Amino acid sequence: MKIAIDQESCIASGTCTALCPEVFGQDDEGYVLLLDDEPGPELREKIEDAIDSCPAACISADG
Amino acid sequence: MVGSGAAGVMTAHGLRRRGFTGRIALIGDEPAHTYDRPPLSKQVLTGEWPASKARLLPAERLDGLEVEFAAARAEALEPAARSVITADGGRHAYDALVIATGVRPRRLSWSTQDCHVLRTLADAEGLRAAMRPGTRLAIVGCGLLGLEVAASARRLGLAVTVIETLETPLADRLGAPVAKRLLGLHRDRGVEFRLGATVEAREPGLLRLADRSEVAADEVLIAIGCEPNVDWLDGTGLADADGVACDEFCRAAPGIWAAGDVARWHHPSLGRGIRVEHRMNAAEQAAGVAADILGEGEPYAPILFFWTDHHEVKIQAWGVIPPQVEPELAEGDLDGESFVVTFAEPTDRRLVAAVGWNSARAMSAYRAEIAATRR
Repeated sequence: MKIAIDQESCIASGTCTALCPEVFGQDDEGYVLLLDDEPGPELREKIEDAIDSCPAACISADG
Repeated sequence: MVGSGAAGVMTAHGLRRRGFTGRIALIGDEPAHTYDRPPLSKQVLTGEWPASKARLLPAERLDGLEVEFAAARAEALEPAARSVITADGGRHAYDALVIATGVRPRRLSWSTQDCHVLRTLADAEGLRAAMRPGTRLAIVGCGLLGLEVAASARRLGLAVTVIETLETPLADRLGAPVAKRLLGLHRDRGVEFRLGATVEAREPGLLRLADRSEVAADEVLIAIGCEPNVDWLDGTGLADADGVACDEFCRAAPGIWAAGDVARWHHPSLGRGIRVEHRMNAAEQAAGVAADILGEGEPYAPILFFWTDHHEVKIQAWGVIPPQVEPELAEGDLDGESFVVTFAEPTDRRLVAAVGWNSARAMSAYRAEIAATRR
């Protein structure tokens, strides 16, 4: 899967980090940091949970 | 789904994600549907973002849901006939119904045609057009939405006065010290406050208050809160003035669920019914409803979350603040750049809520503690 973040839209809720810490981190201000933009298929469920839960709808994935 | 906002759309998405291949119809009465509301008081209002940037799902994902959109206003529900009646004369039969019609801004008896409210994209566009530098804007209602607009308006060079009936607004939502700090922030940025004040009339160029004084107002925004869109459910017994009543699975009746701002559901951890107008809840509850529709549901017991942004300050809150409980300072400095306050349940001192000021990164630890200690 290839992950993309719309950094401008992130509101720093930390939801993605809580749901999938392997792929999503937070910088000092709490905004999302993409730790791995091509994660393996075993993380698909958690990544999709993170995408769906993001209250700013700023994460997208291809593949 | 009746309602094409975050809750309606994300329920459809949740169903597809869980492998549902049946028909999904999304009935919505807004011409520009499936956009996200939080930016309307912030980046869309200031013009920093075009409206198109406030989308809920990218176009390809929306199309990929294979949902039948019906642009129509729901007018009635016939549960026995499992049908939704729309104002254009349509009858929409369902096996499962999700009520996601949200809320609408409340108005006041004195409000005139020229007074703005802010809920929809159309509202935001109308308000934005009225917000020219030097314009005097009066905001009636010192809630979070009103203050977000105050911040946006000051950035656009308007003169802003906020009028509020309470003397200490937002104390129940943020805790008194945080509310005080937030009003202080706005005062520092040039907003005038008239607290403990009631508007009696809109007159040319001004608002007349109950004490006979005047507030200059070229433009007026009424931001006193919202009420659930449940008129269309009259006669069904499913809803009252505080939304659609649901159990802990968000079920209102056999085959009928509710999600988002319109839903008052039984929260298992809080032990009572609750209805919230939070963006985070809309999507999370929608996912829960989708699961329950497919027989995979669990009791819906989220740790509630909201955020609100004012100038360079980000405020975030997890949990539910118990009434009349004073917060404790958990980290930072109440007068400084950042801090977190926490609220404990009076009976057993469990951590039940936390509010952060420019402390986004720190909040996850408090969320985890709230989760770990709850019943």
